[in-house]
Amino acid sequence: MIQFNQVYKRYPGGHEALRDLSFEITEGEMVYLTGHSGAGKSTLLKLIAAIERPTSGSVLVKGQNIRSIKREAIPALRRNIGLIFQDHKLLFDRSAFDNVMLPLQIGGFDHRESAKRARAALDKVGLLAREKANPISLSGGEQQRLCIARAIVNRPAILLADEPTGNLDSDYANEIMHIFKSFHQVGVTLILSTHDERVMQQFPSRALHLQQGELQGAAR
Amino acid sequence: MISNLIAHLRTLLATLQRLLHTPAASFLNITIIGIALSLPVGGYVLLKSLQQLGGGLSSTPQISLYLAADTSASEVARIGEKLKQHAAIEHIDFISRSDALQHLQQASGLADVTGGLNRNPLPDAYIVQPKLNDAMALESLRDELNNWPHLEQVQLDSAWAHRLQALIRFGRWTVVILAALLSFALVAITFNTIRLQILTRREEIEVTKLIGANDSFIRRPFLYFGFIQGLFGGIAAWMIVSASTLLLNLALDDLALLYSSHISLASLSLADSFTLLGFSAYLGWLGAWFSVSQHLWQIEPR
Repeated sequence: MIQFNQVYKRYPGGHEALRDLSFEITEGEMVYLTGHSGAGKSTLLKLIAAIERPTSGSVLVKGQNIRSIKREAIPALRRNIGLIFQDHKLLFDRSAFDNVMLPLQIGGFDHRESAKRARAALDKVGLLAREKANPISLSGGEQQRLCIARAIVNRPAILLADEPTGNLDSDYANEIMHIFKSFHQVGVTLILSTHDERVMQQFPSRALHLQQGELQGAAR
Repeated sequence: MISNLIAHLRTLLATLQRLLHTPAASFLNITIIGIALSLPVGGYVLLKSLQQLGGGLSSTPQISLYLAADTSASEVARIGEKLKQHAAIEHIDFISRSDALQHLQQASGLADVTGGLNRNPLPDAYIVQPKLNDAMALESLRDELNNWPHLEQVQLDSAWAHRLQALIRFGRWTVVILAALLSFALVAITFNTIRLQILTRREEIEVTKLIGANDSFIRRPFLYFGFIQGLFGGIAAWMIVSASTLLLNLALDDLALLYSSHISLASLSLADSFTLLGFSAYLGWLGAWFSVSQHLWQIEPR
């Protein structure tokens, strides 16, 4: 599903964010991405979503090489990837429901069918009652769940979550991990960047540990 | 197909909402576009009216010879013979003073004036059609006839028709230049409006790109906005020109009444109106397209 081969990422100015990364994530796998902030976790996720390109090496996502992917092919790739951001990236000029509708509008789905799916996604994260609310009026945990609803509404094959439980207390974190677990059970490939030890103990799975841009241990 | 259509309709609705969301700014933009467009369109209306006024006049040159009032009938006939034999003259028409009076009464609604006359003030006249058409030949013929006895006035009739045509040609170029410049202004206004919109919606653009929106999805609302703004600007221009024509025609009616004749400004035909709206909507779309292609690629999610 996702394959890294000797991937380097160097930023202008010489900072080397990732160094000689090679690993593979198979379809339906759930993988933690751990390491201190600045270790390269976010960069790695950005490479998978083609937000950035590797400096050298190859990143294969569903058979497509991110290093050489054409600009026009990126939207189609991203529609297959659900992105969950640490800062949520919700749009505050529209309701929670309209935020979740956005990926479906982009995909050009039929409106009635889309509305049904958007409500199902909101229901899944427990926000159906707040569908008319503006995201700005939601709590941090609710915003995170809304972001998840938006990421899953068009049923992507891959979910990438950057610190999804980062600023949440353990009750909220558990709730969100249960949601992720349920996607994992229906075959979605999950990559969660985290440094939340409790979460990893409670929901054990393979972990890739990054240190200063390099992969540590034998978790390849 | 149908869901595509619905998606477009939704974008259209959202665009109208966005226009209404900032009513003052939208109103000002549309008014500016309307005023900019109304200048060349108003010029066009003026030209059209002038052309209608001049259309009834022949532009083939004629020379009118007005005989002195005391010329005897035999003198008049002798002058007619002399004219017929002249080498530079194609043919002549005689208009007697009584014919001329009758004609005047019928043509320009001066019946009130002429009815009050107790004698006919008009002279006998010959209308001369020269063989040659160029200005030099005409003028020398006029000068020659001027020296004949019993001819009170010799007038080159085509002169003012030519002048009018030259004036109209001049006006047409003025309108074309005005239209080109102000079209450019319209494109520039839209370019800037859209640029501001792109800047304020930067976050939204980034997010939609992250979710997998392609360029045409992101471009669409902005193109719609430019199109709609241009269209409304065109409607504003149409209203400005129509209202001005109406007002000016009221004033012209008074003027025309004084001359007992009918002068009025032409109004915009249906075809003219649709051309105006289509053109302004297209220019708005074009401005938006330039703006979008200039600014959108600069926004990539980080």
